[in-house]
Amino acid sequence: MLYHPPRYRVMGDRSLLVELGDHIGLDVNTRVRELAAALELNPPEGLVDVVPAYASLLLIFDPLRIDLRTLQKEIAHTLVTLDPSRLPEPKILEIPVVYGNEYGPDLEWVARYHHLTPREVVSHHTAHVYHVYMIGFIPGFPYMGELPKILVTPRRETPRTQVPKGSVGLAQAQTGIYPNPSPGGWQIIGRTPVKLFDALKTPPALLEMGDRVRFYAIEEEEWERWAS
Amino acid sequence: MGIIKTLEILAPGPLTTVQDLGRFGFGRFGVPQSGAADPFSLRIGNILVGNPENAAALELTFMGPKIRILENSVIAITGADLQPAVDGESIPMWQSRLMKTGNILSFKGRGTGCRAYLSVSGGISVPIVMGSRSTNLTARFGGLDGRPLAKGDVLCTESPTTLPKREKTAFDSEMIPVYSAEQRLRIIPGPQNDHFPDMSWRRFLNSLFTVTPDSNRAGARLSGPSVWAGKELDASILSEGVVPGAIQVPGDAQPIILLGEAVTGGYRKIATVISADLHLAGQLTPGDIVQFKEVTMKRAGVLRREMEELIARFRMEAAF
Repeated sequence: MLYHPPRYRVMGDRSLLVELGDHIGLDVNTRVRELAAALELNPPEGLVDVVPAYASLLLIFDPLRIDLRTLQKEIAHTLVTLDPSRLPEPKILEIPVVYGNEYGPDLEWVARYHHLTPREVVSHHTAHVYHVYMIGFIPGFPYMGELPKILVTPRRETPRTQVPKGSVGLAQAQTGIYPNPSPGGWQIIGRTPVKLFDALKTPPALLEMGDRVRFYAIEEEEWERWAS
Repeated sequence: MGIIKTLEILAPGPLTTVQDLGRFGFGRFGVPQSGAADPFSLRIGNILVGNPENAAALELTFMGPKIRILENSVIAITGADLQPAVDGESIPMWQSRLMKTGNILSFKGRGTGCRAYLSVSGGISVPIVMGSRSTNLTARFGGLDGRPLAKGDVLCTESPTTLPKREKTAFDSEMIPVYSAEQRLRIIPGPQNDHFPDMSWRRFLNSLFTVTPDSNRAGARLSGPSVWAGKELDASILSEGVVPGAIQVPGDAQPIILLGEAVTGGYRKIATVISADLHLAGQLTPGDIVQFKEVTMKRAGVLRREMEELIARFRMEAAF
């Protein structure tokens, strides 16, 4: 459900969680994106960072410059004056992936789990356009969804201590990409040569919340061409 | 004006990184704030050497590094007492000190706490990335090439804009934080304290927790009695933004105090360390015992303002 008005939860004395709903869905996520955009355009005094997520925004503020009650009032005001028409258009990106083998060490397992062939898993994964719900966990990591029901897969029982950069994974109804090597528990079905995070670029992340992504399969031989 | 080669790393120690007060405004790209795990010590260290409080310094861990001084400069070491020495002779913490070219700065080891800050007049000069000089080790940017310092690294400082007026400035010893091996941290309940049954909440407040060895700059991991969220609930919730000090409880019911390298999380947070105690959380060391004490939002505000007043007073004194 959507929360009208939002639910507020404090996270210590310098951050406020604004919950706009209780589920993973385009309705609530779009509202999160609208509020994030409005706050970026017109930030309340003392707001130092905003972390938008599936159904909530975390507002990190300087308690010496603004108090909780004033911030909450400003958020309530911003919410009633939201103007969705001012939202920037989401990007639509096509992302090449080498599926299987050492690029996607869990592809076989995922296929067996769903009684599919690896090739069928790839064709399901590439058949859908995914919505970027949020960027989190590590810099530039997109949480995307939703996977077709036939690909909904539990996380690995034992997380890997190191997942290679560019790995494309599945976890429940979500699909994501590791922009940098990291420990991780997602089922890795492939890897992309595309760079997802570059600290020296503006913006630093290739994907932003609200963007749309479609994956397509490339051959191992094509990796080098993409990587350069 | 310009930059000067000031420090040469002879031995890096277990983990030495460049940190300032952190990186803000990039949460929507999944970028955590990073920065000094003990921001209070960094701020005092910078004041001691005449820098802005947000200047970059070195965060030293456990045994600390060994460093050759390449240029006369004023330094200060704050935070955990790693027992600094110049050319083998012990020097006090929390004091500014003029270092001469060729001096060797080393550390003998620690008492309590695990992180010290080496501030140098002018501040460590590395490129500003997304508004900060702090090192992000996950995505490997900021600081010196996004990595921990290594043997042979040479660090530059900006030429100082102001020099400490007195030859020696010291932080009042009575005001130095106590990094106890039995640390009490003050918390505000939430954001998801209401997801936990009363019994778990009482256990959380009435138990002693031990800091485990797998702790790092992303979080201080605790072991103790089970802080269980109840059978009917999944271990995880929808991922949401987090701040340093948030205490998350994953499926194994063992709390983790998040520090500066975390940006989002999918576990319930039973409580959050108040900002006036965050520097103490940043000094937690494996084996330390932690106990939590609940305070009101109002009290947290008073404590934070007291801390800011203390820092502001010292800044005035040091400028004389």
